[in-house]
Amino acid sequence: MRVLVIEDDADVANYLNKGLKESGYTVDLADNGKDGLHMALEEQYDLLIVDRMLPGLDGVNVVKRLRAEEKTTPVLFLSALGEVDDRVQGLKAGGDDYLVKPFSFSELLARVESLLRRTQNQSDIVTSLKVADLEMDLLARTVKRSGQKIDLQPREFRLLEYFMRNPDQVLTRTMLLEKVWDYHFDPQTNVIDVHISRLRSKIDKDFSVQLLHTVRGSGYILREGE
Amino acid sequence: MRFSRILSSSSFRLAFVYMLLFAASVFVLLGFIYWATVGFMTDQVEETIQAEIQGLAEQYRRQGLRGMVSVLNERVLSRPTGESLYLIVNSEKKPLAGNLNEWPAVLEDRNGWISFYLNRPADRFEQPHLARAKLFQLQGGYMLLVGRDVYDLFRVRALIEQSLLYGIGITIALAFIGGVLLARGTRTRIETINQTSRKIMQGDLSLRVPVRGTGDDFDELAVHLNRMLEQIEELMAGVKHVSDNIAHDLRTPLTRLRSRLEVLSTNRLDSGSQQIVEEALGETDRLLITFNSLLRIARIESGGYQAHFTKVDMVGLVNDAIELYDALAQDKNQTVEVELAESACVSGDQNLLFQAVANLLDNAIKYSPENSRVGIQLDGGREVTLTVWDTGPGIAPEEREHVFERFYRVDKTRGLPGNGLGLSMVRAVARMHKGRIELSETSADSTGLKVIITLPACDGVTVSPPALPYQGDSAPRPQALK
Repeated sequence: MRVLVIEDDADVANYLNKGLKESGYTVDLADNGKDGLHMALEEQYDLLIVDRMLPGLDGVNVVKRLRAEEKTTPVLFLSALGEVDDRVQGLKAGGDDYLVKPFSFSELLARVESLLRRTQNQSDIVTSLKVADLEMDLLARTVKRSGQKIDLQPREFRLLEYFMRNPDQVLTRTMLLEKVWDYHFDPQTNVIDVHISRLRSKIDKDFSVQLLHTVRGSGYILREGE
Repeated sequence: MRFSRILSSSSFRLAFVYMLLFAASVFVLLGFIYWATVGFMTDQVEETIQAEIQGLAEQYRRQGLRGMVSVLNERVLSRPTGESLYLIVNSEKKPLAGNLNEWPAVLEDRNGWISFYLNRPADRFEQPHLARAKLFQLQGGYMLLVGRDVYDLFRVRALIEQSLLYGIGITIALAFIGGVLLARGTRTRIETINQTSRKIMQGDLSLRVPVRGTGDDFDELAVHLNRMLEQIEELMAGVKHVSDNIAHDLRTPLTRLRSRLEVLSTNRLDSGSQQIVEEALGETDRLLITFNSLLRIARIESGGYQAHFTKVDMVGLVNDAIELYDALAQDKNQTVEVELAESACVSGDQNLLFQAVANLLDNAIKYSPENSRVGIQLDGGREVTLTVWDTGPGIAPEEREHVFERFYRVDKTRGLPGNGLGLSMVRAVARMHKGRIELSETSADSTGLKVIITLPACDGVTVSPPALPYQGDSAPRPQALK
């Protein structure tokens, strides 16, 4: 997997470079918008990580130009501003996700993986999902584990669906709030934890193998085994 | 612009007072003219009469009664208009010559002057003719009367009096109209300045007071105001710049600190160290949340968010918040009492409004004891009112204003988790949406806290989809949640 990081802050760039390489990605760096755009157009990347504020050509314009050239490489915006209008601007310009500095590396990694997986699965029309012995029928909107029917509230269904679409991948609390509840906000209490523990009590309580795990300091992951 | 506002304006009052002064001076001037003209004309008449009497008396002395009568008749004939009045009577007041029929039955003053009404037909003004005359005692018991019909003088006097009255009336009317016109002119210009400053206070710092280019005092004021605004804008930009820099400069090292702790936590550590690292991670996260909230509040308060308002369906938004937080309440075995209007629309920022509702619900659940009740109520209409109440310890009235200050925490609740920014954020969001926030107690025995937010409703009825389109997987959107 090749990732291009367009970031002018050398500290952040090195930090991303190091972290992504450790996680098995090939990383190229560009420290300004012009070079970044050139590289993104010439080379084949699986993902672009673009800082919103760049010297010369800024991040939003890099992505606009890229989309104008019909490049569909997924883009993750980074921004120290974190304002709603910036966020919307970034997404309107053709960004696929938006992450506000400071972010934990696990948050970034979770989003990178989610973006890559999304592009891979884009063409498939999925009607059912399966993780270990947990099955979800998206048309009938039913969930079974080991053939045993599990009753879920609509939001719980949506939460589990998001986990099942991203198995073996860490999903952070912010990602869950954004993708399952559709709101971008900072909860004062970790209200998500309560919902996770409820979901867990429905899908894991009566079974010997745990599927929904907590990843300390990051979020949650749905996978078979530890 | 309402008429009463024009009347109460300072420029109207100024113009009116000025015109009243003007009217007073007109009055004094006309009064002087009246006094001078009428006085002069009266003097003239009296001098003429005096001279005639002297002349006639002279005739009498020289030529006796007969001579004087012939001169008198001559004079009567030469002035047929009858303005000059003459009469000679004998000692029995029997007329001997002259153009008056009888001796007027009026008593003379010390100098022998009398005023009497002539028995002449009234003219078109319906005014009786007034005469002024002097009596003269001749030798031999004869009496001489020489007078003038002063009707014209009287007319002039009446005319001046009349014009005085009309003049005052017209001047006052002109004063009023002029005052209104003047006031309207200045009010329009002042109103322009007012409107601009109102818009600026609402957050649009880039606005300027329009300058006409005539170089008058209003233009001068506008230029000065604009210069002041420029300085304020520069200062605000400076503050924003500094806070952006702080954000940038502090967030990056904080991020690095956190990531190092993250790396450390994945290493094989003994359980003691592991716990310390995890606690440090937790502290860092809390620090980051506080830091982000602080910056966000600052941004909201400086008015940087307005650009992204959409029509927000508050019923849906509040339902989502309840659905999210009900789980927390259930964990504490609390009942959430919900009372929502059928529809309520607010023009605003969806995510920030959700943040505000979430903060209020979070507080209500956190501060209410287990097995108790909390409530949320939403009323629509011209104003949308959101009420969130709890059954917690409440806030003493004297402390209520302070809870909106950043980092302020009520003594009773210091032990509970929280960063003291929740209500500051709620107020910032309410104000940004041109709303109000009030605090009171839930029940009469002053327990519990009730937070009431009033927001102006949006104009239209239609509600557009959320500002942020669903960015998640290609999953179908869930059915409507009930």
